[in-house]
Amino acid sequence: MSIFINEKSVVIVQGMTGAEGTKHTKRMLASGTKIVGGVTPGKGGQSVDIDGHTLPVFNTVAEAMSATGANTSVVFVPPKFAKAAVIDAIDAAMPLVVVITEGIPVHDSASFYAHAESKGTTRIIGPNCPGLISPGKSNVGIIPADITKSGPIGLVSKSGTLTYQMMYELRDIGFSTAVGIGGDPVIGTTHIDCLRAFQDDPDTKAIVMIGEIGGDAEERAAAFISEYVTKPVVGYVAGFTAPEGKTMGHAGAIVSGSSGTAQGKKDALEAAGVKVGKTPSESAQLMRAILGR
Amino acid sequence: MDLFEYQARDLFEKYGVPVLAAAIATTSEQAHDAAAKIGGKVVVKAQVKVGGRGKAGGVKVAADADEAKEKAGAILGMDIKGHTVRTVMIAQAAPIESEYYLAILLDRSNRTFLVMASVSGGMDIEEVAHTAPEKLAKIPVDANIGITPAKAKEIITAAAFPADVAPQVEEVLLTLWKVFQSEDATLVEINPLVKTVDGKIIALDGKVTLDDNAGFRHPDHEALIDHAETNALEAAAKEKDLNYVKLDGQVGIIGNGAGLVMSTLDVVAYAGEKFGGVRPANFLDIGGGASAQVMADGLSIILGDTDVKSVFVNVFGGITACDAVANGIVQALELLGPKATKPIVVRLDGNNVIEGRAILKAAAHPLIEQVDTMDGAANRAAELAAK
Repeated sequence: MSIFINEKSVVIVQGMTGAEGTKHTKRMLASGTKIVGGVTPGKGGQSVDIDGHTLPVFNTVAEAMSATGANTSVVFVPPKFAKAAVIDAIDAAMPLVVVITEGIPVHDSASFYAHAESKGTTRIIGPNCPGLISPGKSNVGIIPADITKSGPIGLVSKSGTLTYQMMYELRDIGFSTAVGIGGDPVIGTTHIDCLRAFQDDPDTKAIVMIGEIGGDAEERAAAFISEYVTKPVVGYVAGFTAPEGKTMGHAGAIVSGSSGTAQGKKDALEAAGVKVGKTPSESAQLMRAILGR
Repeated sequence: MDLFEYQARDLFEKYGVPVLAAAIATTSEQAHDAAAKIGGKVVVKAQVKVGGRGKAGGVKVAADADEAKEKAGAILGMDIKGHTVRTVMIAQAAPIESEYYLAILLDRSNRTFLVMASVSGGMDIEEVAHTAPEKLAKIPVDANIGITPAKAKEIITAAAFPADVAPQVEEVLLTLWKVFQSEDATLVEINPLVKTVDGKIIALDGKVTLDDNAGFRHPDHEALIDHAETNALEAAAKEKDLNYVKLDGQVGIIGNGAGLVMSTLDVVAYAGEKFGGVRPANFLDIGGGASAQVMADGLSIILGDTDVKSVFVNVFGGITACDAVANGIVQALELLGPKATKPIVVRLDGNNVIEGRAILKAAAHPLIEQVDTMDGAANRAAELAAK
């Protein structure tokens, strides 16, 4: 098992005809993801050949879904057009929409998130995220498929490269699913959503949760762990040295006054029984100790 | 981007939020002329992007233009919590009867927008929220609906605004929403919103934060950037499209991915504890690409920082292959030539790591030292910086 995506995931790529979209469609296909087409408004009826696959292009997500049976969409559309693309997917009741695009204005993200909530038929992951992978089953986004294999660890992280780093550190053990939820102030799927799914997934035995400065998602996740999660959780938080008031790369990574600090997040997680490493390697070691590997 | 008070005031005025007459001055002479033009009693206010300026002596009342000149002379050049006062705002003084608080902001926790309103304005709102939360009304606002007249009435009732000012506050709320939405703000705050003795509602002080990601639909926001406050290295990095933040330590940091770079700073700071408190000198995320040119641009910014004693390049090859990164580092050092003088500790891992490490080994550059683990490399970079 795995969470959110598996071998039954049938994927379309919004923005497939753009440079990033084409590049990553190729990589996802190479890792075995079932990609059945793309959406680019105005290019419907065309097709794109990628490594021996002929992929049809549709004008809308609704058309793509009815023609292909897709149940997952991954969005590589530039920031200017991302809101329209995500709204198109929500209106088509696409069950899972993974938004990779970085740099979407937060008014746009808040708008499509509110729209998705009111419709109640779409889960959004991201924006500004690397996507997610259930190794050996499906890979939706830009996470390198060859770092590790299927295994018992579930991973949820705000950061792409820290996701890769952690998967690499624990590559001999393997992962059920690794989800990059993104570093923007407004994201569709939170640490809590992933923790709940991992707790409910019989094949996930332990969970790694990676957080960073900004907001209170980690504190809320800690409270959720106390009340719901019985599987062991190992944590890591980045940004102890970040100065107040400066955005550290991710739009959401900012300490405002005394809120959003790494120390506050670490303390909250530890109070919930989560073992938090000082460095990514130390967190990986804590996970090894828990799994006896 | 946070705006100065005067920029927020101008934005409010543009949309029709009631404000008082005001002008900015960078010299005491300008302050004199501005005060003379406004006429009567004025307030001279330091323009700094930090709270507590009143307590620091950055806000003074002046009876006339001559006094405004004198007060401005005292305030200009003042240091308020590390911020130098380069500009003052001369604002018309108003006889205040009551002070209120009003803000629209992004509520990250609930992934929506939020109005906060209180009739206990004028003070530190965080303190009100902490000590008397019942005095601060918090009303969520749907991003796709915004503040309608009905929503405005709901807010006014929740915060218990007096009936005599309700129509004016409603108008302010509707207009403030327009500012918030049309300008892609993540915060618009009026503190205090005042009722004057003659019953008028006026925004006396404002704070606005704009979303940098929305710059593409607001070319006019470019002009609001405060170049004087920007660090020279940060400005140079911005010109090269690099994501760089200057810090106060000695180990220059280059990495790929915001999370990994933040983590690298922390790991260096931990390692530095053993070497007399060595700290990271900067945040620099070169992103996924990490081409030779980007690496050269990054290295030249970091080597231009005189505080830097050693450099730590920490790259995890995800999409980027380590051999490409290694070639980037070697070519960057060729491009920099004699300008590269500090030891560089490189840790490569991930995609094509064997090839990448071999390239650096073959290059045998005297400044480059490879360490295979992130923690080990951080330790070495801190040690070199402490020498």
